[in-house]
Amino acid sequence: MWKRITGYHLFWPLVALAALLLFNLVYNPGFFAIRIQSGHLYGSLIDILNYGSPLMLVAIGMTLVIATGGIDLSVGSLVAISGAIACLTISRAADQNSLGVVITAIALALGLSLLLGLWNGMLVAGAGIQPIVATLILMVAGRGIAQLITSGQIITINSSTYKYIGAGWLLMLPFSVFIVAAVWIVTALIMRRTALGLFMESVGSNPTASRLAGIRSRAVIVTAYMFCGLCAGIAGLLISSNVSSADGNNAGLWLELDAILAVVIGGTALTGGRFRLSGTIIGALIIQTMTTTIYTIGVPPEVNLVVKAIVVFAVCLIQSERFRARLTRRRKPRPVAADQEVVRHV
Amino acid sequence: MFKKPYFPVLVTVGLFVLAFAVGSVRYTGFFSTQVLLNLLIDNAFLLIVAVGMTFVILSGGIDLSVGSVVALTTMMSAALVEQADWPPYIVIPLVLLAGTAFGSMMGAIIHFFRIQPFIVTLAGMFLARGLCYVISIDTITITDPFYRKMALSKIRFPDGSFISISVVIALIVVLLAVYMAHYTRFGRNTYAIGGNEQSAILMGLPVGRTKIMIYAFSGFCSALGGVVFTFYMLSGYGLHAVGLELDAIAAVVIGGTLLTGGVGYVAGTFVGVMIQGVIQTIITFEGTLSSWWTKIVIGILLFAFIILQRIFNVSLSKGRAL
Repeated sequence: MWKRITGYHLFWPLVALAALLLFNLVYNPGFFAIRIQSGHLYGSLIDILNYGSPLMLVAIGMTLVIATGGIDLSVGSLVAISGAIACLTISRAADQNSLGVVITAIALALGLSLLLGLWNGMLVAGAGIQPIVATLILMVAGRGIAQLITSGQIITINSSTYKYIGAGWLLMLPFSVFIVAAVWIVTALIMRRTALGLFMESVGSNPTASRLAGIRSRAVIVTAYMFCGLCAGIAGLLISSNVSSADGNNAGLWLELDAILAVVIGGTALTGGRFRLSGTIIGALIIQTMTTTIYTIGVPPEVNLVVKAIVVFAVCLIQSERFRARLTRRRKPRPVAADQEVVRHV
Repeated sequence: MFKKPYFPVLVTVGLFVLAFAVGSVRYTGFFSTQVLLNLLIDNAFLLIVAVGMTFVILSGGIDLSVGSVVALTTMMSAALVEQADWPPYIVIPLVLLAGTAFGSMMGAIIHFFRIQPFIVTLAGMFLARGLCYVISIDTITITDPFYRKMALSKIRFPDGSFISISVVIALIVVLLAVYMAHYTRFGRNTYAIGGNEQSAILMGLPVGRTKIMIYAFSGFCSALGGVVFTFYMLSGYGLHAVGLELDAIAAVVIGGTLLTGGVGYVAGTFVGVMIQGVIQTIITFEGTLSSWWTKIVIGILLFAFIILQRIFNVSLSKGRAL
């Protein structure tokens, strides 16, 4: 029975999340308190959900890319570009509050994100460049493009309609939570109720074999990168709308690393071939809770990076078969040199 | 001369000459020895870091922690010299040792636990950046006379142009690295691992030891780059050198080193750094162009060179079958 519980793929991420929450409860008994104020729910837990939503969105997209054996380093830049183009469109309009303007802005931002995702996908699947390198191009140039759009300044807008996306409330909860939930559910349905998820895992474990088995590997990979771009685009809308401004320099900075971390904590292997959407959501929540915890206990927030580093090391060591083998069987005869596996670098 | 492996390097050199020529024709005062030497002065730290990165990429790995290690080195130097009053001749060897130890630790994790270099050095990047803030969140200005002397003294040439001491350090590192890459066992082993790790193991090469040494060397170069960066900025700050890892990787790639490992030259990296310097100088001279154009142009160059590499990769049939 114990084996069955610990064997459940979400067991360890959930334990980590519970431990973090428990620590907060001990440290600050009011942590779980949720109060109702002018018809909205307020509290640390709601904050975690609200501020964690961009990360969750980006991580969902990243999960699929990693499932195909790739990685997308450009999501942080895409977040900045999407926010920049949306805010630019709105700031140019005569009536910033008009629904038409906001919809145009959203369509432009998401369209551009999809296009840039397509670019990444074409480089990886079409030109056959390693994913880490292919997306590095957009990671470097993307920040430049975002600054080009905003002319290097922070565009501030005054549109209550647009602000609703990232800072509005629905049914007492932040609206962003509903966006994340919708994306998550739709993705999970498409991935697990159609064969697409299986195709992605198959391409991730062996693209050549998948192609020979009749799967259009390239199309599947391009789809994953486009979806990742779309998710990053939505996250960019959330972030820019939450603060009603677009900052080409700092929006989404380091977000790609947090997203990769969330995916890995959630139990998706970086080597591809298997993915866990619900694990990713929990991974993102763990990271956001960690950030909130560090703020509440009064440690300088920058120390967060050290904690994250230790978590990455720990999670990677646990995922490393070599490390587990060493823990369980200390005195195993050394494998013959020729038997040693060689890990393909990303 | 036009043998395949040299071709990307030749393209890079041609591009550098072209960029410099365009700058010279367009802007008055561009064509001078000092502008050329300024490229070295302003990019000495990047040059040192990129040399370390070249070895890592030659071996088929990647090191994302270099920028953070540079920042940590500036921070440690500043804190030890200014706040603990340690003399520079103890502090500098100490930070170099710390960088080397940091690199070898990451190398050991990569080798012993078979974790991808990308994720290990990513964690290293977080760790080093975070440790900066553990030391201090604010900038620490350096007023130590030795550091000031290193920063301000100029080595003059007969025609009046000058270089800084950092440039001399960087050039020594480049020459040493060229020697290491082509005339030592360590260099040969690095190429062999990058070419095919499995074959290197089967050939009986000390793959594990070499790998750890490669990351240790990259850590050392980052720390030395950090020391030079401290001379350049005369301060320690946790936000120094953000994104330097990307500049270093871009320099290596533009310099013609294959990202899959096994093919490339340290000299190419040198030209790669110089090209980035020329682009920045042209943008400064142009005046109306803003700094973000640097990023876009470097992105375009990266793209062009990666596609170029890809074409060669196909002919070398090293590519991933899709």
